[in-house]
Amino acid sequence: MMEVFKAVTCPVCACLCDDLEVTVDKGKIVDVKNGCAFSKSKLLNYNGKQRVLKPLIRKGNDFAEVSYDEAVKQAAKLLTEANYPLFYGWSMTSCEAIRVGIELAEEIGGVIDTTSTICHGPSTLGIQDVGLVSSTLGQVRHRADLIIYWGSNPLIAHPRHMERYTVFSKGRFQEKRKLVVVDVRETETAKKADLFIRIEPNKDFEVLQALRVLIRDDELDVEKVAGIPVATLEKLAEMMVECKFGALFFGSGLTMTEGKNRNVDAAISLIRDLNRITKFIIMPMRGHFNVTGADMVFTWQTGFPYAVDFSMGYPRYNPGETSAIDILLRQESDAALVVASDPVATLPRKAAEHLVKNPLIVVDPHMSATAKLADIVLPSTFVGIEAKGTAYRMDNVPLPLKKIVEPPTGILSDEDILSKILFEVRRLKENAS
Amino acid sequence: MELIIRNGFVFDPLNKVEGEKMDVFVKDGKIVEKVDECKAKVIDASGMMVLPGGVDLHCHIAGSEVNAGRLLRPEDHFKNFERKTRVTRSGSGHSVPSTFTTGYRYARMGYTTIMNPAMPPLEAKHTHDELNDTPMVDKGSYTLLTDWWFILECLENGKIEECVRYAAWILKATKGYAIKIVNPGGIEAWGFGRNVQSLDDPVPYFNVTPREIIRALCKVNNWLGLPHTIHLHTNNLGKPGNYITTLETMKCVEDLALKDKPVIHITHCQFSSFKGSNWRNLRSGAEEIARYVNNHSHVTLDMGQVIFTNTTTMTADAPFQFTLHQLTGNKWMNHDVETETSSGIVPFRYKRKNFVHAMQWSIGLELALLVDNPWKIFLTTDHPNAGPFTAYPRIISWLVSRKARESTFKKISLKAQRKSLLPSITRELTLYEITIMTRSGQAKVLGLKNKGHLGVGADADVAIYNLNPEAIDPSKDYKEVRKAFRNAVYTIKNGEIVVKNGEITKHVNGATLWVNLQTSEQKLFNEKLKEKFRDYWTVEYENYAVEENRLKISNPINVEAKI
Repeated sequence: MMEVFKAVTCPVCACLCDDLEVTVDKGKIVDVKNGCAFSKSKLLNYNGKQRVLKPLIRKGNDFAEVSYDEAVKQAAKLLTEANYPLFYGWSMTSCEAIRVGIELAEEIGGVIDTTSTICHGPSTLGIQDVGLVSSTLGQVRHRADLIIYWGSNPLIAHPRHMERYTVFSKGRFQEKRKLVVVDVRETETAKKADLFIRIEPNKDFEVLQALRVLIRDDELDVEKVAGIPVATLEKLAEMMVECKFGALFFGSGLTMTEGKNRNVDAAISLIRDLNRITKFIIMPMRGHFNVTGADMVFTWQTGFPYAVDFSMGYPRYNPGETSAIDILLRQESDAALVVASDPVATLPRKAAEHLVKNPLIVVDPHMSATAKLADIVLPSTFVGIEAKGTAYRMDNVPLPLKKIVEPPTGILSDEDILSKILFEVRRLKENAS
Repeated sequence: MELIIRNGFVFDPLNKVEGEKMDVFVKDGKIVEKVDECKAKVIDASGMMVLPGGVDLHCHIAGSEVNAGRLLRPEDHFKNFERKTRVTRSGSGHSVPSTFTTGYRYARMGYTTIMNPAMPPLEAKHTHDELNDTPMVDKGSYTLLTDWWFILECLENGKIEECVRYAAWILKATKGYAIKIVNPGGIEAWGFGRNVQSLDDPVPYFNVTPREIIRALCKVNNWLGLPHTIHLHTNNLGKPGNYITTLETMKCVEDLALKDKPVIHITHCQFSSFKGSNWRNLRSGAEEIARYVNNHSHVTLDMGQVIFTNTTTMTADAPFQFTLHQLTGNKWMNHDVETETSSGIVPFRYKRKNFVHAMQWSIGLELALLVDNPWKIFLTTDHPNAGPFTAYPRIISWLVSRKARESTFKKISLKAQRKSLLPSITRELTLYEITIMTRSGQAKVLGLKNKGHLGVGADADVAIYNLNPEAIDPSKDYKEVRKAFRNAVYTIKNGEIVVKNGEITKHVNGATLWVNLQTSEQKLFNEKLKEKFRDYWTVEYENYAVEENRLKISNPINVEAKI
């Protein structure tokens, strides 16, 4: 029996396109309409050879298959015995699971951090310094006549961003828009641009500050900034000042190059200044499908968006001190629970080394690089495919993730696994007192 | 569970009980006539005040805008945190506390029902998820309908009935409690960085005026028979001279009044009662506003009382927030929501010695004291805009005691002292009037039949304060009053003791209140809406609505709508 699911939200990137049509035949996804290449690839191939189908506990160099109860018991024991455990990941699971994760970290008194820490964390710091002038993506679609992508390559990284929300979309007030790309290399997106500005690497800050000068009609006493003739920047400044509604999207090309949060600070300040003249918004191009949701839940439950330390019994936030990489590099954590992310593949080597040296519990559908080095692996379902939940789009719009097929027999969701661990932790603590 | 609250001085204005010494009986979450005295737990309330649980009809506590405020202000949270205890979750924040902390702080003050006044429909799921995480209180949220394109387009074509259908659909889809109007016309104009200046200023690209929007939504509200009135944040809010706009706004729906029932609520009225033409010659318009309100029965107000502290301003009135950012140079957040609304956030410090801030402080109190009838004006700070809700006990002390006002008055800007109307006002509110302004009146205007009173059948939401109205004189002992209202001796929620001596003893969840409109089947209408959906929004029709099972505890108020 073929069944078609409409309005399915795509669990890949933070565009969260929610117009997918997914055909399921005998409990298997056989077709995906409207999705990009990423979307199709994930939805059609998620259930591959790397799937873990039984909870695993390390025995020497091998894993032994155990029951969930056994794995949960061991995991709870490791976490309660630790002094300063780290709870890391969260950007590829549902808000419902994240809520339990925060409660667990609080109960144990550990530190909880998301993948923002290695991605748009600096954006958050920039926002906390100067604010953020933004909107939902539909506002851009309806009104923007100037689109700027800065250090971001949506044609490759967020394939439907331009089609759904910006250059190739149609809105109430605008159909024609100009596209500007600022990057260090000529990306696929840059090839489509009306104006491409290729700047020298690590010089974003200088260019942004130069633009802040130029939009005020002030003069620059140099000929070039970051290898760009001032005349080119003047042209861009003029486009910015003269548009009716501009939108600047920035990626990790801005947040993770020299200057980091200072770059974001400068970019936001530029947009803020532009609002004295015209209407302009700025938005980070968030990556994983629910990294925005993680920020949201963290913020409403604790007051802080990531890098939250509960070791004193209340939420503390000091990125650089309470952020995952810094804790690992200082070798302070003595256990870790990793959910919905693969830090061994993404963190600096020294940090990853400390992570795997200590007891490590991984909740993941896959045998990821981190899972391979873990002490306990708790297999979970794919949220948005085999489990439902909520995720937030990069512009803070919440969308439902659907359950379209059954998970493999007996496999639990992140939310359920974390709830079981939390329950067991409370039981252990009660017994101890 | 059964409870007897013995020997307290009961204040229950809706049942005309004024400080009578009597017992209150509680069973299965309701106030009852009698309980089994052998089985019931007895609370000795002798020498104490027994009040219905507090009701707050306007506090920004949940949703995308509030959360953006939290994100923006780590400096607001660093020194203001709450530890996890055996029964409570941890949290942080002075002016924008995290969700659990918000619930606990309200409960400690004896509040049991609170309303979040600004919910962008597209982000309603977010608001409800945060309300789910706001414990201890019943809560609801008003749906922002002002400049939604569907409404504006209907008005352009004079189709009021269609307006009613759209409003009914979106209230249900967002699980909203009331219709919220913010700077009508101004929000749409802000889409291209502009604003509107008066009730008759046309909205750019739409052939309608703010006056038409207000009148239409007031008619819609009457048509649907919603429990609350339209809840309105005026045009020109925060601008000198705006009291004229406020008067015109109240006047413009005069003919829509339903007998003696109010049809419009002007919220945080302090911000809309400015006289003068610039900041230097700012004066109070409280007298004119109060005079109008005293002579008309179709309008209610809440104060929006300024507190001298560091706080976070946040409203859907994004053009106003931009002005505030320019005025202060403080960091600024803006978030426009496609086809619907916008919002802005700016941190702000109200200073005693600043002339304008001191005038604002004075205007709020003037309004509360000059409006004769306490059923028409309610105690709020427009949390956190004019100050955090935790300052309510301080406001109560200013209202009941001239001496308390004078002690603050001495410290404010000298110029404001000369211009303030406060010295000429001798009125001191009674504790009975305070009970009306902080619970009974608010419950009444919200149309919450089981809240705000202690009659048989009411929800057993009760606050007990350590204040003996026979032994103290609030006018002199205002510090005692303040202290008592800061921490309830007992807060009872749904018949359970949840706070004792200002400490949370039990974490309970509280229900989400929403208006469940019963309409005839709207098949054709829904099909039409579905067709248009992708042209207006960037999400699918199927993914827009808030399902009822998203609410942790759902408490629908069923309303028969005549469509």
